[in-house]
Amino acid sequence: MSAPFRLPAGGRIDRSKPLSFSFDGKSYPGFAGDTLASALIASGVHLMGRSFKYHRPRGFLTAGPDEPNALVGVGASDDRYTPNLRAPVVELHDGLVAESQNRWPSLSFDVGAINDVLLGRFIPAGFYYKTFMWPKSFWKSVYEPKIRAAAGLGRPPKDPDSARYTQVYHHTDILVIGTGPAGLAAALAAAKSGLRVLVCDEQPEFGGSLLHDLSSSIDGKTPAQFVADAVADLARQPNVTLLTRTTAFGYTPHNMIGLIERVTDHIAHADPKLPRERMWHVRAGEVVLATGAIERPLVFPENDRPGVMLADAARAYANRWAAKPGSRAVVATADDGAYRAALDLKAAGVEIALIADMRANPTGALVAQARAAGIRVETGSVVTGTRGRLRVKTAHVARLDANGNAGAPEPFACDLVLMSGGWTPTVHLFSQSRGKLRWDEALGAYVPGTSAERERSAGGCRGVYDLQAVLADGTAAGEDAVRAAKGMPGPSRGFMVTGSPATSGGYLGAVPHDRNPATVKAFVDFQNDVTAKDLKLATREGMRSIEHVKRYTTTGMATDQGKTSNMNALGIVSDSLKTPIPQIGLTTFRMPYTPVTFGAFAGASRGDLFDPVRRTPAHDWAVAEGATFEPVGQWKRAWWFPKAGEDMHAAVDREVKAIRTSVGLFDASTLGKIEVVGPDAAKFMELMYTNAWAKLGVGRCRYGVMLREDGFVMDDGVIGRIADDRFHVTTTTGGAPRVLAHMEDYLQTEFPHLDVWLTSITEQWAVIAVQGPKAREVIAPLVDGVDLSTAAFPHMSVRECKVCGVPARLFRVSFTGELGFEINVPADYGRAVWEAVHASGKPFGITPYGTEAMHVARAEKGYIIVGQETDGTATPDDVGLGWAIGKTKPDFVGKRALARPSMANADRKQLVGLLTKDPKTTLEEGAQIVADAHVEMPARMIGHVTSSYQSPTLGRSIAMAMVKGGRARIGSSLFVPMPDGVIEATVVEPIFYDKEGARLDA
Amino acid sequence: MLDVPTRRITAFADRSFASPADKAVRIAEASPAARFVVRGRAAVPQTAAVALGFPLATDVCRAALGGERVALWLGPDEWLVIAPEHEAESLGAALASALAGVPHALVDVSHRNVGLTVSGPKASYILNHGCPLDLSLAAFPVGMCTRTILAKAEVVLWRTAEDAFRLECWRSFGPYVADFLEEARTEFK
Repeated sequence: MSAPFRLPAGGRIDRSKPLSFSFDGKSYPGFAGDTLASALIASGVHLMGRSFKYHRPRGFLTAGPDEPNALVGVGASDDRYTPNLRAPVVELHDGLVAESQNRWPSLSFDVGAINDVLLGRFIPAGFYYKTFMWPKSFWKSVYEPKIRAAAGLGRPPKDPDSARYTQVYHHTDILVIGTGPAGLAAALAAAKSGLRVLVCDEQPEFGGSLLHDLSSSIDGKTPAQFVADAVADLARQPNVTLLTRTTAFGYTPHNMIGLIERVTDHIAHADPKLPRERMWHVRAGEVVLATGAIERPLVFPENDRPGVMLADAARAYANRWAAKPGSRAVVATADDGAYRAALDLKAAGVEIALIADMRANPTGALVAQARAAGIRVETGSVVTGTRGRLRVKTAHVARLDANGNAGAPEPFACDLVLMSGGWTPTVHLFSQSRGKLRWDEALGAYVPGTSAERERSAGGCRGVYDLQAVLADGTAAGEDAVRAAKGMPGPSRGFMVTGSPATSGGYLGAVPHDRNPATVKAFVDFQNDVTAKDLKLATREGMRSIEHVKRYTTTGMATDQGKTSNMNALGIVSDSLKTPIPQIGLTTFRMPYTPVTFGAFAGASRGDLFDPVRRTPAHDWAVAEGATFEPVGQWKRAWWFPKAGEDMHAAVDREVKAIRTSVGLFDASTLGKIEVVGPDAAKFMELMYTNAWAKLGVGRCRYGVMLREDGFVMDDGVIGRIADDRFHVTTTTGGAPRVLAHMEDYLQTEFPHLDVWLTSITEQWAVIAVQGPKAREVIAPLVDGVDLSTAAFPHMSVRECKVCGVPARLFRVSFTGELGFEINVPADYGRAVWEAVHASGKPFGITPYGTEAMHVARAEKGYIIVGQETDGTATPDDVGLGWAIGKTKPDFVGKRALARPSMANADRKQLVGLLTKDPKTTLEEGAQIVADAHVEMPARMIGHVTSSYQSPTLGRSIAMAMVKGGRARIGSSLFVPMPDGVIEATVVEPIFYDKEGARLDA
Repeated sequence: MLDVPTRRITAFADRSFASPADKAVRIAEASPAARFVVRGRAAVPQTAAVALGFPLATDVCRAALGGERVALWLGPDEWLVIAPEHEAESLGAALASALAGVPHALVDVSHRNVGLTVSGPKASYILNHGCPLDLSLAAFPVGMCTRTILAKAEVVLWRTAEDAFRLECWRSFGPYVADFLEEARTEFK
């Protein structure tokens, strides 16, 4: 295989490493160092894709990340497939598989092109807004699916991404972004200070524009040699970190900059241990932005054919990659830079048909050099059109008259049209940093103005283009960063540049032509297919702000964010409205600078590492017993323990019956636990809970209710007094962090004078709940030093003791209504003690139960669950906890709010029980309740079901509900309308079993 | 009295940390330890010295060391004391008795936390996969400690040597933290 447009010598490719790749199923040759674009150009391939809206054939416009046209999907398999990659920045490796996008059935014959030939006139700017308005229902069912199928970019891969992605935080004193001449000079200057310097560049090698500069000389060296020496110099210094293939994509406040490093995409057989991409979260003391500038297209009719490209891009393909972009070129320019491209391409063997310069009298040194080299230069001339179906064949060049109008064109045969409208400083990151841009009239460009962050720009990204000046600017920026970081810059270094004449020129807007303005397409935004005509239409239809024009026409809204198009769009709008550019404004530059993969943003947070999964000490035991689990916050809790053949209902039924008749075993380790300790502990508890604590005896427990400041129930739990100055507070599983934060907040802000401190002990203790009439007999053999009789150790007591020989806090508490104990042992002993309790319970048929049986058992007893019965708008009285309020207490959080009249309104929703007429019918939790059996829409809803189960103990359904004025309705019937009928239920006290609580005192 | 558990089963009981990546960064479980949270007013650091053998650190984010005991400064009134496992009862009692006269809180959290050591030339690089702090020696010198985050878990991080850290987190976060570090060091396997 040979590549017909590969230059015989030169370039930065490694000719000793040939490789092979495929594009749209066809195999092509390339070399290490090639990009997908350079290798295809070397093979004479310019047709790369179909445009977004009109499906026009498109080729390469650029040689870098600003490429709007040549978007490809890369990846041999779907688990490694990435759509919408820009071919000029896809590094080639052996076996790379790429395909074009947005074409059907094939790239060279695409049915969608009918949009261009026949329908184009019907797809003007604002077309979506105008055409697809009616009928409304058609948008979702017809228009949107059709548009999505016809337009758009690449296809998303179907398989899960098999690559690794990592993220890492990094701190540096100085971050240099970009390593063209300005960035390299800045890095060299910064490195000498000894400060930590991080240097990154999006390309595979440092050097930026120097890598395709064959004519300049820096300190007597070729640019390539200068780069090699500078990089070697930097690499030697231990304080310098160099990152290639690393794009700074986002600049966030406090100098936090996101970098994305492409680690393995350029490797044929990458080590799977390496991340595909590594996202660096860099906190930089000072930043040097050296992001260069982007060449602008000229907006002339049919400026989008394959073979029409930016002048400096063509120069780069020839000089850097030894890929000849064509055989005969017409050069259209408004800037001296294109002359340099013409000269270099001529040297590479490209015939230059002519240079058509818009300017009447260009005078730069490069113009003279081009003329001296025998290149035909036509001044005051423009390209007014091109011909050629899949590749440009002819360019039409016309002379501008004294009024700037184009005359009759002359055709020039060519396979390459180079264009240059001058350069646009790459101010994206500066703008992202919230820096204020300044319009520079002389440059015809926005440049960085006032900084918001600790950064400075150098070189092309602030409109400094002359190489000598760029190097000096970079040095100054590097030294400035060092001083700002309170470092000592070393002796300043100057650079001696020859062979790099200064350039001038540039043009913003549409190029004049003699064509029919109603039909001809001169593209501004290549990726979104926005033409000069569209922008003019937008201004005619009343758009004035560039933000409106942008949204109306979609200019600059593609994935390239208008890198090559925004300034020309501004120029056209400015011309149409006869308003200076600064008054039209500028659209916002947003992150990311170039697209970033979802994988990189996700990093390691996938699968098991998506979020911590918290497990109790006895978790593995429950797994071995075949428990099913439910997530409660980050915890995994055993839900029920099915035996062979049991469904959930049967298992829960059996577990509840065991609790009621013998003994059940439950893992309550996830309950939040806070140790409140200090001389003022009781005082603090008085303030944080509604209940009274001062007189609670040591060794006794109390059920506590915590309110928010607004008087509504926030959390509850049993609290034991371990000592005068020590409380063992329990909270709901999900509420633990919230309760601790709430307490700490009040302690630090309202009660800082109290000598009391809070420590989370949730994970210090494994909690083994043993519940049921046989509970005492099960634990008795294991407990050392506690008289477990009811007389000595009544319900709601706590003792410090030993259980199975390890220090324990033994609570006599119950959330089931049965005699119950909760054994707290240090977590690392939890599994062993659990197994000991289980073994001790074997003779009694001890039954492990899960959260579902716990829920049912507590509902039978009418115990509420905060967050199930309550919804953040329930007072203690609403849920039947009025008794828990210490009426004589001078203060507690929420007390004042409870005194508001509305909090005692008789019509508030109150907790009641519901018994359905048909005991087999189980109400649906969340179902709405109405007062009248004959439901008229809209029904007046008076409450909702909060908990509902089939009660194994009662052999019928039970439910709890919050109902307006509920307590006054006890004895009456209410109705629950469901899709298949209205269910009648009787309102009862919200307690269904052992109303006297005799079983608790067993 | 039935069987007495003689051995602590930590959250890492079944985990092997040995890895080909050890040469770059070694992860290991710290021995089960006695741990106490000590809170209190200004008199506490000096008063605790009677029990501890040295005063609690008063330098911000610094560890005070003595023998096999360490007191990590976590806040102006908060320390995490870590000592050998067998001292759980004796040191707890000694601290309680020493501090009896001054307002304080002493809470046993021996089993609340698990400890990991992360060491080797790439230790800070691997920790920085989840910890946003500057772990350079200048910013985070040997002896510095702080409460911070590792990805989605809260941890206490203490630099014990130029290339070694001890990391403490709550017991149930241990597997997540270890899995996260394991994933991060994959590239050195």
